[in-house]
Amino acid sequence: MSQGSMNRAPLVLLYLNVLIIATCGLVYELLAGTLASYLLGDSVTQFSLVIGLYLSAMGAGAWVSRFVADRSLARCFIEVELGVALVGGLSAPLLFAAFSRVEIFGVVLYGFVFAIGLLVGLELPLLMRLLKQHLDFEDLVSRVLAFDYIGALLASLMFPIFLVPRLGLVRTSLLCGLLNAAVGLWGTFLLRPLLVRRSLTGIRVRAWLVIGLLFAAFLKAETLTTLSEEGMFGHTVIHAETTAYQRLVLTRSEQGFRLYLNGHLQFNSMDEYRYHEALVHPALSPLKSPRQILVLGGGDGLAVREILRYPSIESVTLVDLDPGMTSLADHFPPLAELSKFSLKDPRVTIINEDAFIWVGREGGPRFDAVVIDFPDPGNFAVGKLYTTRFYRMLRERLNDGALVSIQCTSPLVAPRSYWCIVNTLEAVGYQVRPYHAPVPTFGEWGFVLASTGPIPKHLAISGNVAPGLRFLNDDILNSMFEIPPDLARVKTETNQLNNQALVRYYDQEWGVWK
Amino acid sequence: MRLSRRELIAAILGTPALLAGCAAEARLPAEGELLGQSAEIGHRLRDGFRPQPTGDQWRDVQVAIVGGGASGLAAGWNLMKAGCDDFVILELEPVHGGTSRSGRSDLTRYPWGAHYIPVPLAENTRLIELLTEMRVVESVAEDGSPVVGEQFLCRDPEERLFYQGEWIEGLFPDKDASQEDLAQVNAFRKEIDRWAAWRDPSGRRAFTIPTSQSSEDPLVTDLDQISMAEWLRAHGWTSSRLHWLVDYSCRDDYGLTAEQTSAWAGLLYFVARLKAPGADHQPLITWPEGNGRIMDHLATRVGDRLQTGMAVTQISPTPDDAESTDRVNVVCFNTNTQHVGGFRARHVIFAAPQFLAPRLIEGFTERTGRRTNEFEYGSWLVANLHLSNRPRERSFPLSWDNVFHDSRSLGYVVATHQTGHDHGPTVLTWYYPYCDADARGVRELLLKATWSELADVVLADMERPHPEIRKLITRLDVFRWGHAMIRPKPGFITSHQCRIARRPDGRIHFANTDLSGIALFEEAFDHGCRASAEILQKING
Repeated sequence: MSQGSMNRAPLVLLYLNVLIIATCGLVYELLAGTLASYLLGDSVTQFSLVIGLYLSAMGAGAWVSRFVADRSLARCFIEVELGVALVGGLSAPLLFAAFSRVEIFGVVLYGFVFAIGLLVGLELPLLMRLLKQHLDFEDLVSRVLAFDYIGALLASLMFPIFLVPRLGLVRTSLLCGLLNAAVGLWGTFLLRPLLVRRSLTGIRVRAWLVIGLLFAAFLKAETLTTLSEEGMFGHTVIHAETTAYQRLVLTRSEQGFRLYLNGHLQFNSMDEYRYHEALVHPALSPLKSPRQILVLGGGDGLAVREILRYPSIESVTLVDLDPGMTSLADHFPPLAELSKFSLKDPRVTIINEDAFIWVGREGGPRFDAVVIDFPDPGNFAVGKLYTTRFYRMLRERLNDGALVSIQCTSPLVAPRSYWCIVNTLEAVGYQVRPYHAPVPTFGEWGFVLASTGPIPKHLAISGNVAPGLRFLNDDILNSMFEIPPDLARVKTETNQLNNQALVRYYDQEWGVWK
Repeated sequence: MRLSRRELIAAILGTPALLAGCAAEARLPAEGELLGQSAEIGHRLRDGFRPQPTGDQWRDVQVAIVGGGASGLAAGWNLMKAGCDDFVILELEPVHGGTSRSGRSDLTRYPWGAHYIPVPLAENTRLIELLTEMRVVESVAEDGSPVVGEQFLCRDPEERLFYQGEWIEGLFPDKDASQEDLAQVNAFRKEIDRWAAWRDPSGRRAFTIPTSQSSEDPLVTDLDQISMAEWLRAHGWTSSRLHWLVDYSCRDDYGLTAEQTSAWAGLLYFVARLKAPGADHQPLITWPEGNGRIMDHLATRVGDRLQTGMAVTQISPTPDDAESTDRVNVVCFNTNTQHVGGFRARHVIFAAPQFLAPRLIEGFTERTGRRTNEFEYGSWLVANLHLSNRPRERSFPLSWDNVFHDSRSLGYVVATHQTGHDHGPTVLTWYYPYCDADARGVRELLLKATWSELADVVLADMERPHPEIRKLITRLDVFRWGHAMIRPKPGFITSHQCRIARRPDGRIHFANTDLSGIALFEEAFDHGCRASAEILQKING
């Protein structure tokens, strides 16, 4: 079998292979970098680490290529392609799957990066050796490197413009895997003269298996929960888990990340500060020196971040039903950063229990302020946390003069729901001051400040807290309590355990938007 | 005769054999037991067991109350309130409460029988007094109606129905209901409203609880002569959905089908819960352990006057010994210690089912000329299912009462519903009234069935709405109630036998819900209070 039997046409096709290989190689690198910064935060560090490790792994691959004997060059190249197809192609889905299941995610991630880099590093040296019998050295180097760089450009353009927005990370990764596998299969035809006949069928069968697997995964990706959620949320899903209590989904886009509980948006990292400043400071700033604070819900730690701005804080008790929620920041460093590691503060105690049970337990402690950040009353289990019974039990947790702030859904979209909460508080003897704040991601958002005693008319942000705030100052704080006519009070039933009026209002009002 | 698993399930649940037990694998929970009333002592009594105490085993007591269920405990409570504390309550079972008894696990308490009461109307002052003492009623409004603490009112959502493969809110199968169905239901509700507004010349309601306050007008009492189903048909209401709703209600409250239930009793169920025409039905008061909460409160009040495990074997109203003049001798057998004791009581309250009166009270039939053969009692199966987690829910979410449309069972209630535990482990209490009076075979089947057979029946029923239930269940206990509830068949409530049964027999007074012809806590309570009031009147002259 003569090596000279490769004619001109396959050579052109081999350059096309270089282009594809180069494009895919860079896409894997970009994928790993994006994924790492999505999941672990601190994108500068992550990209830097991924690029460094990837390039050094490629170097290792290039060095290893010298141990490949000339006679098995073609076969080895095809095997490497199939290897890249599998490891690279499945990298994104496997890493996402591993993220919520594996403790030492960093090891898995960088293991993948190294493995892909190593294999990609083998590709070009092997290919160049295959081609060198047909080309001058200068010709070879210039053409191969030219195609390599063109491929890199192609990848770096397509990745942000087309691949991520249209396909998402998972399918981008699978698509590149398919391309690599196709190059491998193609190679069995192009390099046919260089392959031993008896190994040919085996290689082709394996190539088809890899293509079949990746193709199935690509099709199946449509029906995978996370990806159907991607369609629903419109952003890349970076973490999804179903806890005993709810479904937690984190999505990521260029603007930041978002948390959804049971499909309902809880915050967007881009503008959550508005929401959390508005939620916390009206209840804490009027107090001379707030010491003992109770947070109900709010397992993301963002309300606690605002609370810890007050130097007088001695303890924060956070009661959130779902341990999956309060430990989310442990698994997802960007959230921990966003919350300024508030849940790790020694003054913070986390209790994973239904707030209805915890608040109702006799003889519990009392607090200077209570910040209530429950999900919207979209079901009966949450609806009970907005009832007259709950607010009566809550009185037993309040020190004299304690202030309570409550997130109350949107008074614009759901006026009856909003005012039902306000009216329910009044029905059990709370003084209330309704207020609202614009949170771009949510729209016009409603809160209420409540107390068993009088609430000061004019509020001011505590002096030592004010400089750190991005949304509130004294003027904005007081302006939140101005209720425009389109948010005016409406008559509602009071929400009781035995009528759950609020859940029914909420369902009617938000149902339109679902 | 031994039936196959499939046939047994079909026979008890009334499901076509093909549908029943579709699961090939009949996995049973690891733990569970079959419970029931103490039958042994009853059988010994029937066989002539009449132990006699020795001379020094007698104790004098003002009042001996036979039976520690709702009526006996209510009688004791009422005596205490009147300052009479020289009494004993003798209860055969190891625990008090009768058919309102309850159980407990590490997680929660749960009912074994009656599990709710509607908020009483203003007229039921004694019950309001009890509920006030229990701090369930917080205050009384100007019109006398009680204000009940929110935590005791059944939490919304109250009930849902498994119908055509999905859960819908409420009990009426309104999915795909025709105009005619809806028109008939409306007409039915109007008729119920009409009765809620109805008053006799002396101002009494047609149907109210306690039933002793209901009107005696023949226009009302004549309704006892026909069945509830006949009453519906007499109004031209033939909608199968309406009939289902009414039939379910009769099975739920009386353990009888609409065909078997007196129309008077059937209407009482609907009308007595309405304060006024057009009003929503009175809210329901419930606890994790059901009416067991009331029983425990009453038991705490009477303290050690309540003696459990005490089988009364003989009540002699005319003892022949000289020391017992003006006394009734009550002999009892302590099932724990096997000792025989006796009480020389000035008065006795017989707070046990009426059918036991001729067996226990010496000379009862000869002296009073009364017969008790028309007192018929229904059997029930109650199961408590301990779950490690909730079944997955698709349509309308888990409610307090969860009813299956296509089953002879009544579905289940959720013990943790009132506590606010909405996730994780819970206990479900499943109810099955045995309605088929003629199909003796089914009663035999129930009596002969083992725990595994009954557990399998319960799970086959639960499996249809909750296919994964066998995987979630950690323990399943079944309680087989023999003579659980009096049956208000047409004609019984207004029968001579039922009417005179509440009259005292000399020093023996009667108190039990069966005297009203219906089994309700409120009736038992009313009879307990009445019987004790009769005695108090005698004592105080």
